Amino acid sequence: MGMKSDIKLIDDNGLRIDGRLPNQLRPIKMEVGILKRADGSAFVEWGGNKIMAAVYGPHEAYPKHMQEADKAIVRARYSMAPFSVDERKRPGPDRRAIELSKVISEALESVIFVEKYPRTSIDVYIEVLQADAGTRVAGITAASLALADAGIPMKDMIVGCAAGKVDDVVVLDLNKEEDNFGQADVPMAIMPRTKEIALLQMDGDMTYEELTTAMEMAMDAAQKIHEMQVEALKRKYVKEVDKNE
Amino acid sequence: MSNSKFTAGVIPEMQRKYIHKLASQGTRVDGRHFDEIRKLEVTKGYIPRAEGSALVNLGNTRVLVGVKIEPGTPFPDTPNMGILTTNAELAPLASPTFEPGPPGEEAIELARVVDRGIREGHAIDLEKLVIEEGEKVWIVFIDIHVLDYDGNLFDASGYGALAALTNAIVPASRYDLGDDFKLPMQHYPVPVTFAKIGNWIVADPNLDEESIASARLTVTTSEEGHINAMQKGLCGTFTYEEVQKVINMSMNIGGKVREVILGDSNVKED
Repeated sequence: MGMKSDIKLIDDNGLRIDGRLPNQLRPIKMEVGILKRADGSAFVEWGGNKIMAAVYGPHEAYPKHMQEADKAIVRARYSMAPFSVDERKRPGPDRRAIELSKVISEALESVIFVEKYPRTSIDVYIEVLQADAGTRVAGITAASLALADAGIPMKDMIVGCAAGKVDDVVVLDLNKEEDNFGQADVPMAIMPRTKEIALLQMDGDMTYEELTTAMEMAMDAAQKIHEMQVEALKRKYVKEVDKNE
Repeated sequence: MSNSKFTAGVIPEMQRKYIHKLASQGTRVDGRHFDEIRKLEVTKGYIPRAEGSALVNLGNTRVLVGVKIEPGTPFPDTPNMGILTTNAELAPLASPTFEPGPPGEEAIELARVVDRGIREGHAIDLEKLVIEEGEKVWIVFIDIHVLDYDGNLFDASGYGALAALTNAIVPASRYDLGDDFKLPMQHYPVPVTFAKIGNWIVADPNLDEESIASARLTVTTSEEGHINAMQKGLCGTFTYEEVQKVINMSMNIGGKVREVILGDSNVKED
């Protein structure tokens, strides 16, 4: 946050740099079951983000000392391709990716019935192929589709969504310029049915009113994104049922 | 993660029930109120060899933070700003569950959450740390050393980092770059961490509480009452109303903590 610039992020008509209204999402496309070998997979295009998620498991957790006697462990790995950003990113996990993998694992575990699969591991791989701000929330949205595709029992299908502040205006779903030159970013993951918050981070500078407005904005948008997730799952599974007839 | 280092090991079911029972009666294992933090002691300048330092005791959690400052090359995208970097070490002497080796995900998350508060709260005036624009700037290293782990490292480390920065001196004369000067501070962001136990929310969880908590939330606020950073952790969830409550409590507690941290420095410096 907070790189200084003269770029005007909100124009005189109150529109954003990409023409969106403050509470408008970028275009989102979702597809389920895109990888052959994975137990579950999904692809999400969200603005300029292109993100794949794959699920392997539940399978025996390895190394053995990682096993939990009464539940499955959830291991998410968030990874950015070297070519996904302007300046080449060195391959392999950096400190940011390690932190994100941790909070994403925790958020996903909150909806999975882990107690059904003791001593196993559920591995979730999130690959950011092209990054355009909001990769962690788009990645979570893809991961939750991939978990559903893998048939892993969950109490809700988690949705990622971010809001923030640019040019003193609270806005939904920051793009790259807004993320670089904006004033605050609030990534969240929400359970759409109960509205519980499974992931919450924030950086920048906001008043209490701005922050709560941003959170409400992201929670409302989560409902819309959830509908898209349901549609994406239907597109795959309704088709498969037809084929069997 | 499920096999977190940040647990006391297996917590007997009895203890879990005991903590829940106490919570239902409005109290905690050590008799605190839900919104009461443990005794906070800050000793600044504990390591005179460092450019700035602070030893923090938060209850029985003990963290030592050292600040080192050296000249270096600025990042290409911020040629007119000094550099801040934060690292955390979970020293194996601090807990039977800490092991030697490179920092794991817990240490990395800890360092990044402390860093985010200091950075986004604009604690240091980094624009005053330029020696020669685009060529040479001061690099501020914050190193967090956890010495005794009895829960809530986020806050103990955050308080130590802020205290160490407030008493740090930029060692310009050592590098023939003029006179030494006080590290220019402009804001004082303070983190406060809360744990959710059952349906109760408690401030500054100790190790026993942390081990049975379902979720954790750290909120860093400034002296102006703005929010600068948040980090939720663990596999449980918060409701929107709970988050609102936590933010308000963080501002209240943060104000008192800020007085403790800044209190000493005014006496000590200059």
